[in-house]
Amino acid sequence: MARIDLIDVVKQFKGETVIPKLNLTIREGSFTVLVGPSGCGKTTTLRMIAGLERQTSGDILIDGACVNDVEPGKRDVAMVFQNYALYPNMTVRENIEFGLKNRGVPRRERERLVRDICEIVDLTPYLDKKPQSLSGGQRQRVALARAMVKHPKVFILDEPLSNLDAKLRVHMRTELIELHRRLGATFVYVTHDQTEAMSMGDRIVVMHRGEIMQAAAPMELYDDPDNLFTARFIGTPPMNVLPMNLLPNLGTEGEGRAEYVGFRPEHARLLPGSADPPSDGLAIAGSIITRESLGAEHVYQLRTTAGTCFVKQFLRPYAGGDFATAVVPHDRLYFFDGEGRRLRNLRAASRPEPAAAGVR
Amino acid sequence: MAPSRADARPVFATGRGAGRPAAARFRAALDAALRIANIVCMLLLVCVFALPFAWMISTSLKTLPETMRFPPDWIPDRPVWSNYADAWNSGPFPKYFLNSLIVSSGILVLQFLTIIPAAYAFARFRFPGRGLLFGLVMATLMIPPQLIFLPVYLMLSDWKLLNTHFALILPFASSAFGIFLLRQSFLQTAGELIEAARLDNAPEWKIMIRIMAPLARPVLATFALFSFISHWNDYFWPLVMTTNESARTLPIGIAKIRETEGTATWNVLMAANVMLAVPVLLAFFAAQRHIIRAFVYSGIK
Repeated sequence: MARIDLIDVVKQFKGETVIPKLNLTIREGSFTVLVGPSGCGKTTTLRMIAGLERQTSGDILIDGACVNDVEPGKRDVAMVFQNYALYPNMTVRENIEFGLKNRGVPRRERERLVRDICEIVDLTPYLDKKPQSLSGGQRQRVALARAMVKHPKVFILDEPLSNLDAKLRVHMRTELIELHRRLGATFVYVTHDQTEAMSMGDRIVVMHRGEIMQAAAPMELYDDPDNLFTARFIGTPPMNVLPMNLLPNLGTEGEGRAEYVGFRPEHARLLPGSADPPSDGLAIAGSIITRESLGAEHVYQLRTTAGTCFVKQFLRPYAGGDFATAVVPHDRLYFFDGEGRRLRNLRAASRPEPAAAGVR
Repeated sequence: MAPSRADARPVFATGRGAGRPAAARFRAALDAALRIANIVCMLLLVCVFALPFAWMISTSLKTLPETMRFPPDWIPDRPVWSNYADAWNSGPFPKYFLNSLIVSSGILVLQFLTIIPAAYAFARFRFPGRGLLFGLVMATLMIPPQLIFLPVYLMLSDWKLLNTHFALILPFASSAFGIFLLRQSFLQTAGELIEAARLDNAPEWKIMIRIMAPLARPVLATFALFSFISHWNDYFWPLVMTTNESARTLPIGIAKIRETEGTATWNVLMAANVMLAVPVLLAFFAAQRHIIRAFVYSGIK
């Protein structure tokens, strides 16, 4: 178990700044997921923690000790690579043992460790096979075993599930969560898939262009996003964001001037166009352009004068015609300023007067 | 013969779809014709390489008058196996053979010891003067041995190494060609493997020997084959560097058969040549098996 601190970390590649200034604390024993679109600096951050990449400036601390000048092999971290990076010329056993041998662990101890690990990840029958004769899931397990056998303080996983098929991915997700619980080590996990991040992490760091947009627990990110980027990145379909100036019947009270208003598709309700919308919510009328049914949930795309938005209904599909009104309770609205920052002190207020001439 | 086979293809093809357009039938016929032309070309190529070899074996089993007969026969009237014994007994052949083996394998071992670290350094490290040094190594490829044999001869003579195996081994202890070939292969190895090894606390030499070198097995096998054959067959260098039997190699010994007899005894000479070629063939078959196996191993995923 270890805590990781990144203090004022800057990374430049050939004069181009990839990470302007990063301050991040990864709590000990946490399952921290770095998530963001490709090129957001999440993998670079991970590689700097592992020691495979050196930061241009700033400090990286593992368990309070500065590791800036510590070799990757001596940082007590283990990494699982996206393509597994198993040594193709070695058997499964040799792959797992390699790190132990390099540390001078005696043979008997090694054999015991390898046996124990292989029982955990179900690899015992494959110990003497070469990696290329194993399936994707088995290779994944070898990569995990190779990392686990060293009993590292920190596990670093770089998109480890992206090479697996969808079904196996979901299965490995739960296995990884279980593994984290069992080992109690600090996990740092990189992915571009927000579903993966939400389902596995106990703390999620959303990154964009080398900067941390928000670092919080999954539900906190979902319920209380700091900014437009996080709001739109977490959740499927993403949060609907509409410009305030196209919604004349929506007013605000409190500090700040909202430029955008957002709401989650699952917080909106669809009413037939002819029905009277309730007064305590934002009503946006429009026509339905697509209907997606996933069994338990139904997603509608609505084209309105303020822009297109998604509405998600649960269990019972919307039965009305193509002309419909999406209604969102006022306390489910999120306001953002022109920079995309969340305005938490702002509350919605109806402005009934212009409504008649407005969206409808 | 070729056109008739080409015709056969569309007939076969109509069984699948009788109404196929003429263009498709023409394409199929063209494909077949091209395939046959390809096979014919390959057969011709095989002949170019195999016929001299067959001729060597055939001649090695003839009597001397038979070798002069015109038109020549491919199959000798009666195979004369004693040619081989004559060749073997015409000089200290076991000695030549051993010398050849020591020299060729000595060179190979030293080359492996030098080119693997050199190629690894050129491929993996950034150090001042890397480009210049690599350029120098490449430049040596363009220097023919005939140009430098005199100074090397004088140097070895100063060191009292003439007529020893060292004189035949040391000048070839490294190979610019090998460094180049291996460096290319190292450059192509996935960076993640090296990173994984670094995280596994592997020292640099271990990464080189346990991970990079095994992954370069096809290249190493190919290089070993080239090196072994060229030094096994080398005539010029051993001729210059040896003046007695102590370090002479097989090609020199065989050439001496021609000198010692008044007229060239082609049959005995060819028998000696067959004996010269057999180890090379064995080396080839051994390396070939490794090359294929190494190719199977080299996949990353």
